[in-house]
Amino acid sequence: MKHLLDIADLDREQVETLLDRADSFAEVTRRDIKKVPTLRGQTVVTLFYESSTRTSSSFELAAKRLSADVVSVKASGSSVDKGESLKDTVETLSAYDPAAIVIRHPYAGAASMLTDWVGASVINAGDGMHQHPSQALLDVFTLRNRLGSLEGRNIWIVGDVLHSRVARSNIAAFQLMGAEVTVCGPPTLIPRGIESTGCRVKYSLDDLEEADVIYLLRMQHERMGENFVPSIREYARLFQVNERRLGPRQLVMHPGPVNRGVEIGSRVIDSDQSLISDQVASGLAVRMAILYELLTRTGDAAGETPAGPVPIGEPA
Amino acid sequence: MNRAPEEVVEQLPEPMVQRPGPDASLLIRQAKVLDPVAGLDGTFDILVEDGRIAELADAGSLKTGNGMEVIEADGLHVFPAFFDPHVHLRTPGQEHKEDLETGTRAAAAGGYAGILLMANTSPPVSSPADISALRHQAETEASVPVGFMATVTRDMKGTELTDMSELREAGAVGFTDDGLPITDPGIMRKALQYQRMCGGTIALHEEDPDLSAGGVMHEGDISMALGLRGVPSISESVMISRDAAIAGYEGGRIQVQHLSATESIEAVRRAKKEGVQISAEVTPHHLCLTDEAVRSLDANRHKMNPPLRTENDRQALIEALKDGTIDCIATDHAPHAPHEKEVPYEAAMMGVTGLETAFSSVYTELVKPGIISLALLIEKLGCGGIPFDIEPFTLKAGSTANLCLIDLEAEWVVGEDGYESRSHNSWCEGERLNGRVLMTVANGQIAYRLRSFSMGVA
Repeated sequence: MKHLLDIADLDREQVETLLDRADSFAEVTRRDIKKVPTLRGQTVVTLFYESSTRTSSSFELAAKRLSADVVSVKASGSSVDKGESLKDTVETLSAYDPAAIVIRHPYAGAASMLTDWVGASVINAGDGMHQHPSQALLDVFTLRNRLGSLEGRNIWIVGDVLHSRVARSNIAAFQLMGAEVTVCGPPTLIPRGIESTGCRVKYSLDDLEEADVIYLLRMQHERMGENFVPSIREYARLFQVNERRLGPRQLVMHPGPVNRGVEIGSRVIDSDQSLISDQVASGLAVRMAILYELLTRTGDAAGETPAGPVPIGEPA
Repeated sequence: MNRAPEEVVEQLPEPMVQRPGPDASLLIRQAKVLDPVAGLDGTFDILVEDGRIAELADAGSLKTGNGMEVIEADGLHVFPAFFDPHVHLRTPGQEHKEDLETGTRAAAAGGYAGILLMANTSPPVSSPADISALRHQAETEASVPVGFMATVTRDMKGTELTDMSELREAGAVGFTDDGLPITDPGIMRKALQYQRMCGGTIALHEEDPDLSAGGVMHEGDISMALGLRGVPSISESVMISRDAAIAGYEGGRIQVQHLSATESIEAVRRAKKEGVQISAEVTPHHLCLTDEAVRSLDANRHKMNPPLRTENDRQALIEALKDGTIDCIATDHAPHAPHEKEVPYEAAMMGVTGLETAFSSVYTELVKPGIISLALLIEKLGCGGIPFDIEPFTLKAGSTANLCLIDLEAEWVVGEDGYESRSHNSWCEGERLNGRVLMTVANGQIAYRLRSFSMGVA
């Protein structure tokens, strides 16, 4: 595995291996000294063409915890603002000889294009409405820790599926791990052809009790102006998951940022059934595991084969 | 003296313009000839003298002399040259993509001896002066005859008609806002009313922009998987139905460009049955590719408007070509520079080049496997001028020489030796194709020879 672009490129065994690795990094993050020297001397570039809090900070911190040098470039305030093309920006950053480039871009396929232009490992941190594989992996990791296995579990993805790269990568990842996926939302926000993924489609929360896990998507206010929903008020009445709709054994997830009182009730966010803060914590361990898997493949440059996470100060 | 409108029409300039050049004289021996117009199918010797087909005789019967160029064409095919009613050569304003010289070279390399140029240039071709200037420029740059279309609405803004009569008098072959649909049905209706006076078929890019809603590929399973905004098939068909109804009501004549979807074919079929004067084009790429190709997210090869659709649509297009619902194959040759294409799929410009590969691609994909006949392909590549009152070329003795010499056995990799076009956004880039154009004679002049193809002199 050289790049992480699309969940469809992974098999179940690769995901299990990666998540086992994330388990060991989760253990590292509980130590007093949270840093390991694994990627010492290597450079990781993060290149964000869209705003991001969770993903950019957790990739950055993950790389730093692995002792890599990190260069963070954001589209605003950089040469991108001056009209530089993606290709030229990436070629410029390649001069630093990065081991990995983590990219978020508003267009589908942007991460994949980079693989033709640079020798570095490319990590897709979100490309348009296409894929967000590290999110899907951290969600699977979070659920695996809580449930043991996703096999046979019933997962509902509720909300704006049409515009969601999280939905697209999570449907694939949940199914890969053996879960049954249902998507639910108003028909204007369910993309045509979604059944071809093998998931079920529901236009109401009436059967929500079937779900073991309810994965909520952010309802973006600007969608209202585009007439995808008549009003946020009506949307909330029809599709908000709140304490009245939530059964006692159901778990709730959300990729963030949440709109309290729109797609999710405030009390649900703060309840024990919410895995939202677990997801954020998982993000760090899973992204460390992703960087580790991609950058320490055997047979790589200089023939170094790091054995695994070793705390700084201990012999590697 | 007052003139009746019919007389004005008779005064119209010659529709096609070409750079003057020496008339070809050559003898092609033992060529396999297929000419659907003349009903020829057999092996002949063809004598071209002073740019005309002087004689078409039994194979081996014509002798050489006078230092005339001789082509030993045993095993090679000669067809009447092709005519493409839908080409973008980007002059004026976007010559970094293509111009009259490179574009006509690309046409000649594809076996074309006539092409109609779309008017969505920068600025668009909206005034009689634009037409006159372009015709003048073509007289020094065009190696194959070109005809110019003018826009239906001023600067393609969709709100006011152009001076259609004067544009016709200046030489506009027809009218089109291609690249954009004419969204206002009232404007569409008035253009068709005006057409009764000044002639000029209106060629239509049929798309409802509100249904396309910023889509970049066909709406379906694949757009869903890729997270790309989809263009539904009905975006095309509802506009065809609308315009067919208006054309029927006004007795107007319309050409539907680049048909892509099953629903659109049905709309054209229905209109034809009802007696509407409607004709339709299909592109080689819609005949050969489906939205599966878009999975590569290679905008250079696979992003165009209308988008590549499903296998069902592709099969329906092939059927419609066979049953005559679709009248001709037109490339919609749309060159773009690398920096406009080597960007993420959603950001890339729409359009692919097609002149140099039209014959070879459809021959490889549809004729060789036996899906359509060679004769049908030659006919559909040749008859694109008919909706604009331009007769297909023929090899009958006495005709002006418009022919292409093709080696059906030749295999070539597209782009391996570069392109005649200035742009490289061929949808066939890197594909291995069968059938190669060796030489094209356009309006009596030798317009193209494949570099590696040399000939003897007797």
